[in-house]
Amino acid sequence: MIQADLIVILPEIILAIYAMVALIGAVYTSKDALAPALIWATAGLMAVLAFWIAANGEGTNPAFNGMFVDDGFSRFAKVAILLSAAAVLLMSQDYMARRNMLRFEYPLLVALAAVGMMMMVSAGDLMSLYMGLELQSLSLYVVAALRRDSAKSTEAGLKYFVLGALSSGLLLFGASLVYGFSGTTLFSGIVSTVHHGEVSVGLLIGLVLLISGLAFKVSAVPFHMWTPDVYEGSPTPVTAFFATAPKVAAMGLFARVLHDAFGGAVGDWQQVIVLLSVLSMLLGAIAAIGQRDIKRLMAYSSIAHMGYALIGLAAGTALGIKAMLMYLAIYVTMNIGTFAFILMMERDGKPVTDIDALRQYSKRDPGKALAVLILMFSLAGVPPMLGFFAKLGVWQAGVEADLIGLVIVSAISSVIGAFYYLRIVFYMYFGDENEDPIDTRSSPVLGAALMGSAALMLVGVFYQFGIEGAATAAAATLVN
Amino acid sequence: MIGLEHYLTVAATLFVIGIFGLFLNRKNVIILLMSIELMLLAVNINLVAFSSFLGDLVGQVFTLFVLTVAAAEAAIGLAILVCFFRNRGTIAVEDVNMMKG
Repeated sequence: MIQADLIVILPEIILAIYAMVALIGAVYTSKDALAPALIWATAGLMAVLAFWIAANGEGTNPAFNGMFVDDGFSRFAKVAILLSAAAVLLMSQDYMARRNMLRFEYPLLVALAAVGMMMMVSAGDLMSLYMGLELQSLSLYVVAALRRDSAKSTEAGLKYFVLGALSSGLLLFGASLVYGFSGTTLFSGIVSTVHHGEVSVGLLIGLVLLISGLAFKVSAVPFHMWTPDVYEGSPTPVTAFFATAPKVAAMGLFARVLHDAFGGAVGDWQQVIVLLSVLSMLLGAIAAIGQRDIKRLMAYSSIAHMGYALIGLAAGTALGIKAMLMYLAIYVTMNIGTFAFILMMERDGKPVTDIDALRQYSKRDPGKALAVLILMFSLAGVPPMLGFFAKLGVWQAGVEADLIGLVIVSAISSVIGAFYYLRIVFYMYFGDENEDPIDTRSSPVLGAALMGSAALMLVGVFYQFGIEGAATAAAATLVN
Repeated sequence: MIGLEHYLTVAATLFVIGIFGLFLNRKNVIILLMSIELMLLAVNINLVAFSSFLGDLVGQVFTLFVLTVAAAEAAIGLAILVCFFRNRGTIAVEDVNMMKG
């Protein structure tokens, strides 16, 4: 019995044991000299686990009496989490090594965060939800403050920690109410109490508190306050990590709680998700207009993109979940390319994040400028690029679920939001002459990430149908 | 007779005090850590009360998990705070302001 359970969680066990063994090994031996090797080993292990999960997984396998569920949905999310975390790790190496901040803890904390994220998307119980979420959050607080000697980085870590702990508290208070009023912490138990007639008031309050805690983790407005500061203050590779894997995990957890535990009460949570989605899209589109710092800009961009992904969740249907998963996969791919470029931006060896530095960039490096143009068009949702099809997917799901108003608001906000993406393109191609231009020193990994991601945005229009089947199957296992 | 609602009221009161402590406190980051602890302990009262009234042990198991995580959280919070203090020489809340937002 226990053996069967352990086999289900084997990928998580392997990654966790690897992180602990490598931590002890690095502490007792060469410390930071080992960091580059650990980055490659961690990324390699993550990629292997991702392929293993994708190739081996079949059916729905609950473990530990349903506290942990391995199904199509969790496998899709896990593959996205592991591959994006591995990509970001490899992209970080050159940047961190040249700025003397390559610590051996970094890949191991990312690995532990990945274990937490894998638990989150597989959670079948309020306890495993909480443990997974905290393992992820605690690792992320530390990586945000990775530059111990930088006031900005530690401030980002401190802000993230305080607000993250507040959201964990809200989530936990909601979880305790849900437990008290349904009598169980198992999602399968909670969903059966919901089916028997109406949702009790206590359960409803618990649900709302749970949603606020989770909304914080996906940085949906009005729980977004931490995002711009943490994105700006953290070292750029860490920002790139924040903008990819944790978003997939948090949205995955969101979908799992709402559908597995409260699938019978769609009407009760739909309006809350619609509100979160509308506010996120509008604030993400409008507040980013005044930003000159590209990391802050990407923070608002991620708030807006989470708003679009929430449309899929608000639909409350299998089509909606499929659209959300596709949206997340495409969003993560775009972000990896964009952050690969941000990691390259520097002047005299110092990182630059000001968008004014990009003026006339296309004259100096037309190839990279073209790649950034494609990525910006895709982030804005301009039709031939893949980003447009991601939005189209969630809009279809929204229309099918009769959320016409939401779809219209999202179309309007995506037009507003296009302004700041296109402004970057405008600066690169038509901007005024720039006195102190940036150089973009490229390492092979960064170049491959930028070009690969930009190429996917074009070819992906056909390629997306490759993962569409997996996303449809994943959504079908969650919503029934 | 002390009933479930009394426990829930105490827990909710403590929780709200914790939230207000986070938002209204303008002095010291240590007080933020105390407020966070207060919120988590309020949740524990809730869980234990429910567990006892439902006659179900799961709530108390949950409490143990929460206690453990709260300890880890406090350790990480203090560690980040020490790093922050080394850089800025202050832990006043109004000095956590290098980035606007």
